[in-house]
Amino acid sequence: MGNDTGKTESTPQRGTHDEEFDRGTFEQVLDARRDDFDEGLDLSDLNTQPMFVNIGPTHPATHGTFRVYCKLDGETIEKAGIGVGYLHRGFEKIVETKPYPQVIPYTDRLNYCSSLTNNIAYCKAMERMLGLEVPERTKIIRVVIMEIQRIMDHMICVGTNIVDIGALTNFWYFFNARDHLNSVLEALTGARLTYSYSRIGGLAWDLPEGFRDNVRAALKKVPRAISDVRGLVVKNRIFQDRTRGVGAISTADAISYGWTGPCLRSTGCDLDLRKVAPYYHYDEFEFDVPVGANGDSYDRMLVRIAEMEESLKIVEQGIANIPDGPINVDDKRVMLPSKERVHTTMEGLINHFKVLIEGPKPPVGRIYDATETPNGELGFYIISNGSGQPYRIKVRPPCFYTMAALKYLIEGAMVADIVAVLGGLNVIAGELDR
Amino acid sequence: MSERQGGNTALLDAVRAKFSGTVETLDEYGDIVLVSPVATMHDLLAWLRNEQGFDLLLDIAGVDCLELDDAAERFELEYILYGVSSGRRVRVRVHIPETNLDVPTLTDLWQSANWAEREAYEMFGFHFVGHPCLTRLLTHHEFVGHPLRKDYPVMGGQWCSTSSDLTDELNEDQRGAPR
Repeated sequence: MGNDTGKTESTPQRGTHDEEFDRGTFEQVLDARRDDFDEGLDLSDLNTQPMFVNIGPTHPATHGTFRVYCKLDGETIEKAGIGVGYLHRGFEKIVETKPYPQVIPYTDRLNYCSSLTNNIAYCKAMERMLGLEVPERTKIIRVVIMEIQRIMDHMICVGTNIVDIGALTNFWYFFNARDHLNSVLEALTGARLTYSYSRIGGLAWDLPEGFRDNVRAALKKVPRAISDVRGLVVKNRIFQDRTRGVGAISTADAISYGWTGPCLRSTGCDLDLRKVAPYYHYDEFEFDVPVGANGDSYDRMLVRIAEMEESLKIVEQGIANIPDGPINVDDKRVMLPSKERVHTTMEGLINHFKVLIEGPKPPVGRIYDATETPNGELGFYIISNGSGQPYRIKVRPPCFYTMAALKYLIEGAMVADIVAVLGGLNVIAGELDR
Repeated sequence: MSERQGGNTALLDAVRAKFSGTVETLDEYGDIVLVSPVATMHDLLAWLRNEQGFDLLLDIAGVDCLELDDAAERFELEYILYGVSSGRRVRVRVHIPETNLDVPTLTDLWQSANWAEREAYEMFGFHFVGHPCLTRLLTHHEFVGHPLRKDYPVMGGQWCSTSSDLTDELNEDQRGAPR
């Protein structure tokens, strides 16, 4: 921020305006200042008017489109106004016009750093509403790919956060490993960003040949990346100065702001839906829930790095134990019949078009179903009026509530702290604005 | 699971004892839903937060019941709560007539109500009485109407030209968790 950082103490650099002024030692200056204040000196001639600075909506350090409008006193943020909504695409409006299965590609665009998890979270809610129990094979595959997505999401979050505060190398270490994981998912789904792999009642298709070996090979790159980043960052003095105590929040405040996920866990609260309300046999996997202590930017990053290691354990256990069997439920309401039946029987043809055009029709009712996504609790509140289209879907995006606390976190901090805090919250504009 | 259901029964008994005759209880897919009139909803939610341990307000979902059969009123608000220490969930449903969209704010109980209520305001037009900064959040400040109402057209885009100065948000006083 200042121009004089990095200058050595032996050659003090001064601005031209105070050339003649001998500053003396720092203590002498401080004493002189104190005397000035004691005498009630009028400081109005100093340049102390507040300055208003607008940061965003498109700023290289915000990773998404939002604005922070600051009232500055020097470099201290006195007041801040947060502006969001630049990526509001009307998700909740458009899905009211689509049959239930066609909502899945829209969920990809919520948190686009972990699309698969969104797909699965939506399908899980719909399956609960339709009273479907997916096969064991699908459950374990979903666990494996959700945890791969968690690793990838945390890599983006931690990597870009460290870039924002000035360390580019770590980003490449993470993205190198992430690219291998992305290739695994590309072989599985055919896409690298918006996967749309999950289906209501199962999965789009089965695992490709060699999936287990590909995953194992890609996973080998991850511990190295984590240890490289840890070695460069965690004990780094500059990194600690920039993140320790910055954007700190207490557990009580975090809960009041509606925080969930790694951000809440960084304050010391061990809320994790995978442990508290396990789905897909998460209770049978061995993993720990890392928690922080201070709820600052430093803890948020370290909790995420530790979670990546726990996810590695889950993926390894899951990969070793994928059971054989079908991947889809045997239910004509939701699943397309085989192509052979469609082409040779009238019933199959009718079934095919009923599923595609009308979609499954859940009973009249409402459901709220939550999933632990990399960012926290992603909830779908779905109202069915008995037709093939949702009457209303309300998404509970985890980062909406972490972002709501940004004003509280940065008021009183320095301008440079904004990016250090913002990156650690992992605010994804697609999910925030919907 | 049995422990959770035991907790649910205890909660239902406590609700019936405390709010008998005013709050209706429903069971939807194993989740408890408490249907409250607008007049008692703030008391009910404060009681749930302070005495029943539902300390996390996860979300506020507005619903326009215009095309919903057997709806009691035009609008509904659904408050989704979670108890961090107990792991229990409860939802509070409030029917709101079209003629009076005034709803008491929950920002005195939860900070998460702040943005959630702003979103419900812009999307449906609820007026949260006592909210510190009831302005549009996701839609543009020049936007007219409430886009998630059922009578708002799906393709009803609007031309908005000037940028917002965010001074309302800037001047809002936010001091952490309400105690």
